[in-house]
Amino acid sequence: MSDPFLVVEDLTVKFPTEDGLVNAVTDLSYTVEQGKTLGIVGESGSGKSVSSMAVLGLHDMRTARITGSIKVGGQEVVGLGESKLRKLRGKEVAMIFQDALAALHPFYKVGSQLAEAYLVHHPKASKREARRKAIEMLDRVGIPQPDRRVDDFPHQFSGGMRQRAMIAMGLINDPKLLIADEPTTALDVTVQAQILDLLQDLQREFNSAVIIITHDLGVIAEMADDILVMYGGRGVEKGPAKEVLTRPQMPYTWGLLSSVPDVHGDTASKLVPIPGNPPSLLDPPTGCAFHPRCAHVDKVPGNKCVTELPPLTAGPTGAGHLNRCHLADPVGVFENEVLPVIAPELLEES
Amino acid sequence: MFAYIVKRLLAGIVVMLLVSLSIFLLFWYGPSEPARAICDTKTSQRCTPAKLEVFTEELGYNNAWYTEFPEYVGGIFTGRDITIASQTTRCDAPCLGLSYKNGKPVWDEMKGRLPATFSVAIGGAFLYLLLGVPLGVAAARRRGTVADKSLVSSFLVLSSVPYYLFALLTFLYFSVLFEAPFIGNPGYVPFTESPSGWVGGLALAWICLGIFGCTQYTRYSRGAMVEALSEDYVRTAKAKGLPQREVVYKHALRAALVPVVTIFGIDFGTLLAGTIFTEKIFDIDGIGLWALLAVGQKDLPIVQATALFAAVALILSNLLVDLLYSVLDPRVRLS
Repeated sequence: MSDPFLVVEDLTVKFPTEDGLVNAVTDLSYTVEQGKTLGIVGESGSGKSVSSMAVLGLHDMRTARITGSIKVGGQEVVGLGESKLRKLRGKEVAMIFQDALAALHPFYKVGSQLAEAYLVHHPKASKREARRKAIEMLDRVGIPQPDRRVDDFPHQFSGGMRQRAMIAMGLINDPKLLIADEPTTALDVTVQAQILDLLQDLQREFNSAVIIITHDLGVIAEMADDILVMYGGRGVEKGPAKEVLTRPQMPYTWGLLSSVPDVHGDTASKLVPIPGNPPSLLDPPTGCAFHPRCAHVDKVPGNKCVTELPPLTAGPTGAGHLNRCHLADPVGVFENEVLPVIAPELLEES
Repeated sequence: MFAYIVKRLLAGIVVMLLVSLSIFLLFWYGPSEPARAICDTKTSQRCTPAKLEVFTEELGYNNAWYTEFPEYVGGIFTGRDITIASQTTRCDAPCLGLSYKNGKPVWDEMKGRLPATFSVAIGGAFLYLLLGVPLGVAAARRRGTVADKSLVSSFLVLSSVPYYLFALLTFLYFSVLFEAPFIGNPGYVPFTESPSGWVGGLALAWICLGIFGCTQYTRYSRGAMVEALSEDYVRTAKAKGLPQREVVYKHALRAALVPVVTIFGIDFGTLLAGTIFTEKIFDIDGIGLWALLAVGQKDLPIVQATALFAAVALILSNLLVDLLYSVLDPRVRLS
């Protein structure tokens, strides 16, 4: 096993605001290897986007307080100077954002935005080469007539095409790590599937590491090798995708999975929403951040869920699957409950 | 793009026609006896009702507005003959009537005053944009810092001083108290006559307009820039690895300029229409000062002409803004 390309250790991100200090991410650790996909799941405000933006140093350095360590290909990113960060951005690590209409500049042609991304890391290349490269990438992501569409503005593209252009821009410098932040959220389902297929194909071709951030478990099931579940700025469950999706160990992950409509199995089963609201990041709950919404608090003796933060430790199935829960037998608790089948193909394999 | 310009131009012409009609009607049905001023002049202040009636008839005020308005508009394009006190004068196109005071074509005098007004307006606008936009951008980039807060609050104080007071104080200090060399003796000197005299004579007016206007433009561009800097595409630009100055001055500023240009279109039109205080205080014989004088002398054709000019200036500068839009934002160009 080679060294992971991305190693995040004890990452903590805080933002001072007028209302107080926002604990956006707390003590987060994860790794991503070359050629593998990590899926980060969680509700809005769980810190999934904030943590991945830190990988590129995209936070406002004057206000954000970032501690811990982020190593990209062995290089420490936390505290790195702007000029060195720039060499990383778009070159080693590229990011694809959620809403491509907002994320592409409305005033510049798609092709020139792609060419710009290429030129900034290939200062010796001519404009012509950059344009050729842009056309090549547009072609690669399946834009028809790329030599013509290269001169279009983003608003002349359809939603799916814009996201493809976004992906083309992300991959134009052949990055070793691609972070896709909700890449399919703004798209309709058929286009979603195409974009996910495209991402998988490209990952295979470029052998890059991929982080896919989403709240859509279907996307995760399709894409991810490993899953990190985030809640209230912390990692609460981490493990191989199949394990986490079929044998979750954290009541929150259970809750997430139960709130997905089951289209493969029993269609009569009701959706079970997680009660309550996501925790405040200004004033996080004591103990386990999930305890106010958790149905199993009374199964843990000594009120520990309220008073003590559970560590992220290996669960009953072995060292690869970690959970942050006080329950002695986090698998047994759910034995009598039915989990919706999110990805039947995963079950068939096992 | 071409069709867009033609469309804007046609719309502009329609608006100008409507505006000139409203101005015409405003004075036609206005509460004054328009012939009184000319009657007083021609009869050496011995205007009897009978004589007044003669002038009223001569000037066409007894006719219906819908016969006189086409004649007025026609005169602008082809010129016309105007008879006052049985004396017919040829008024060449663009004919805006004859002054009731001196009987000369209004356009002839307006022509002479336009360079002064244009000089003041363009110089002032240039200065306030040159100061305001970069200051606004700089403040937006340092949002929330001491530098930003002190700039914003000191400009707020400055812009709450009435403009005429600000201009008067500038005049008082630089011209009267300091007797500043070169700029201390304001007034309009044509550029063709003496470029240095032109600059020196207008400098105080420019400084006044520039500093006062820049407080507002700093605020506008700061606000627009703060918004632009938080756009997703600016984050994308940063994530590409672009240097900070390209992120700010290429990606963010271009978007931030759109609202600033909109306000500028209105401002510049107003500025062209006459900066009465500026012209009065700094002794510049421009359109604004002229309009003020004409109102006092009840010289109707001049008042009408300056009002029309103000409307045209506003429409043209908005047209200019529309064209600037299409340069800035391709979505405007293509739709």
